[in-house]
Amino acid sequence: MQYAVTVLNGLALGAILFLIAVGLSLVFGIMDVLNLAHGAVYLVGAYVAVALIEGHASVAGFVAAVLVAALVGGLAGAALAGMSIPVRGHLDQALLTLGTALIITELISEFFGNEVRSVAPPPGLDASVGLFGQAYPAYRLALVVVGVVVAVGLHLLLERTRIGATLRATVADRQMVEAMGIRTRRLVISVFAAGAALAAVGGVLAGPVLGAQPGLDDTVLLLALVVVVIGGLGSVRGALLGAVLVGQVQALGVALLPDQASFLLFAAMAAVLLLRPAGLLPARGPAHA
Amino acid sequence: MSPADTNAADTNAADTNAADTNRADTNAADMKAASMRTVMAVPSVVRGRAGRLLVPLAVVVVLAALPLVLGAYPITLASRVLAFALLVVSVDILTGVTGLPTLGQVAYFGAGAYTAALVGIHWTSNAAVQLLAGVLVATALALATGAIVVRTKGIVFLMVTLAVGELTHQVAASWTAVGGTNGLAGIPPISVLPGGPALTLSGFVYWWVLAVFVVVFLLVARAMRAPFGRTLRGIRDNEPRLRALGQRTYSAKLAAYGLAGAVAGAAGTLWTAQARFVSPTDLGFDVAAFALLSVVIGGAGSLWGPCLGAALVILVRDEVSDYVDGRGPLLLGIVFVAGVYLLPRVRAVLGRLRAREKGFP
Amino acid sequence: MSDILRLDAVSLAYGRLTAVDKVSLSVPKGARHALIGPNGAGKSSLFSVVAGIRPPTSGRIEFDGADVTEVSEAGRAAGGLVRTYQHSSLFLGCTVLDNVRLAAERVHGRPLRPFRRRRRDAEVTERAHAHLASAGLPGRHGHLAGSLSHGERRQLEVAMVLACEPSLVLFDEPTAGMSAAETDRFAELVERLPEELSMVIVEHDLDVVFRLARQVTVLAAGSVIASGTPDEVRADEHVQRAYLGADSTDELFTEAS
Repeated sequence: MQYAVTVLNGLALGAILFLIAVGLSLVFGIMDVLNLAHGAVYLVGAYVAVALIEGHASVAGFVAAVLVAALVGGLAGAALAGMSIPVRGHLDQALLTLGTALIITELISEFFGNEVRSVAPPPGLDASVGLFGQAYPAYRLALVVVGVVVAVGLHLLLERTRIGATLRATVADRQMVEAMGIRTRRLVISVFAAGAALAAVGGVLAGPVLGAQPGLDDTVLLLALVVVVIGGLGSVRGALLGAVLVGQVQALGVALLPDQASFLLFAAMAAVLLLRPAGLLPARGPAHA
Repeated sequence: MSPADTNAADTNAADTNAADTNRADTNAADMKAASMRTVMAVPSVVRGRAGRLLVPLAVVVVLAALPLVLGAYPITLASRVLAFALLVVSVDILTGVTGLPTLGQVAYFGAGAYTAALVGIHWTSNAAVQLLAGVLVATALALATGAIVVRTKGIVFLMVTLAVGELTHQVAASWTAVGGTNGLAGIPPISVLPGGPALTLSGFVYWWVLAVFVVVFLLVARAMRAPFGRTLRGIRDNEPRLRALGQRTYSAKLAAYGLAGAVAGAAGTLWTAQARFVSPTDLGFDVAAFALLSVVIGGAGSLWGPCLGAALVILVRDEVSDYVDGRGPLLLGIVFVAGVYLLPRVRAVLGRLRAREKGFP
Repeated sequence: MSDILRLDAVSLAYGRLTAVDKVSLSVPKGARHALIGPNGAGKSSLFSVVAGIRPPTSGRIEFDGADVTEVSEAGRAAGGLVRTYQHSSLFLGCTVLDNVRLAAERVHGRPLRPFRRRRRDAEVTERAHAHLASAGLPGRHGHLAGSLSHGERRQLEVAMVLACEPSLVLFDEPTAGMSAAETDRFAELVERLPEELSMVIVEHDLDVVFRLARQVTVLAAGSVIASGTPDEVRADEHVQRAYLGADSTDELFTEAS
């Protein structure tokens, strides 16, 4: 039953990756910007958890950390959106978000140092449950549940509401939506902010599993990128499928070939690019460059 | 078709012929005028050509003379700048010339650096052998990954190359055969002549680095001014159009990717030669970001501009850093952000000045 | 005379929508063939299938006696089947000369050669200059393509197409957005092109069509409804009905869009 544990680990990682990648993917879909500061925003969330609940775990503290991270992440996202909108050209946008990422991570290591910090799961979820005759951390199961809840919520928001319809239309054809007189600026900022808030919340939620340390932002950004490339740009379903797949590949790789786990991830990405260059479930509508 | 129509068509054809001859005449006249202009403008042409040769020559001479005036530490720094500048040239081939923004050249830089290190530790200290091995491995890796990567473009290309670079970084960090996170230390100093003495002095190592840099730079500059470079600029400006003209752009992009990989590999071997130590941090995300930044601040598309950018970036990261309490990356982050907003304005002003100089808007 | 282009029951469907429905067409060498039809008739879809931008859902395309159904756009262009663009599509960051050289290089040079060869390069440059001259653009070769006027850009387009040394040119609504004078100049330019060059013109402006074309094929709802000389097509009942649903031929030939 070793394999079942690996699958569960992969699902827990997939849930975190989904929270992070969905923002990256939607921001890309809606305004064609690759937000390279997305990993840094995740790291901000992780350190919010460190600052608020390191050493004294309580349910209230954990909830507070999630809320604060969402707020800080949302503000950071809105600020990033405001900075990126006037900047034209992929290269300049990439440099802008890259520079912001550098500034954020440098400030974090200035305040928190370079040591690995860890966060305890909230009381009640810090135990293990018996599963397939083995003890499995309850917190990871909870992560899977959170991932499912967020995915279903986002799906309903996108498919059943007016905002969702506008958003999908904007991803498909921004000029057309603008021509119809809908102001996309506020929508773009909201999506950017929401995506960043989700990434920061992901940082808090991943704290008990991945901890917090400088450099984690790059790793997380990389995994999120692979998720988006595999899943297809601009779509929630794509991000979900990609996150589950990458979670599995990564967990399997770490379990079987700890030395070469990255090879496996690369092979998965290469295979998808070769067979489905637009990703497995890209956004509907005109393809993006 | 009525007889009248045929007649008209004939007259037309005749007209066409007449027009053709006419045009040929004007063309010849034009060319004559052009050659007249050339003859009359000889002094300025000579000045131009001489200038084009003189300035680079002077730069090389000054660079070659540096070890005679500078101490060991600044010379090591200069070696590092040159090795990094070559990596930046490889980024520029893709980003500036071909229009494919990349964050993945560190992968091939790392392949070159690690290959040179392994050859140095296990086989020979001969720098030329290390260079050759590093370039071969890097080119092979670039062609293998490029076959997939160049199918994408724009921001997706940036994304996929970032993933390639980061994954290579992680492979280097987790693969115990190449030292994992500790990297490879204890690389013996290079030697240039077969069986010759080991170059322990940083000045000699610098000369080797400079020689390789100059040769590779000239080869790249030559290729970018040849039909190959023109084809790459065509891809940058309007790839679908180039395909419509009958050019299979995939092979051209793959060739550019292979060339950029080879140059990055050469840069990697130089990095190893001067540092005698390689670790995964040498191919980290920030190195990729700094290389891309150097291209942008130096002016994407020109080859020497990004090299100046590279020098500036390394100086800020490694030297100015000490004055700001080890916060060089923070400073660079601010430079990134400021650059994005200020550079377009600077470029606009420069462009206007240049246009005025040439006399047309 | 053998055919330069032959379509055999070519169809293109987007999902359930059939844009091109079993179109068969023969274009003999040296033809001036126009493809017309009301909006939504499938002209653009057929154009993209012939140019190789989209593969047909079914059917067979023969170019100069060879089956090119599976050949890419670049492959067809390299074989001499070259398209033009409705809106000029240039290499704006390159000089005018380089724009033409990019086309001439493919035919007479080695576009991937990483070093210069004096004689080869001079030959390519000379040809480029000649094509610029025949398109009426001598003396502008040093300027950036981005600094040209609208009319000059169209002329540069023509020079680039000529530099490909095509055997068949596909014109995609060449006079769209042109003034009457520009249209006239363009028609003159086309009329002066060598006789052996075959042309297929997809066009809205029927005046231009009837001036330049010797054969006209009319598409409606994805199918060929008439084919013949301009006079035959003009007189065809089906064409009148498809175009306007009216019985007045006058309207057909005055309305441009």
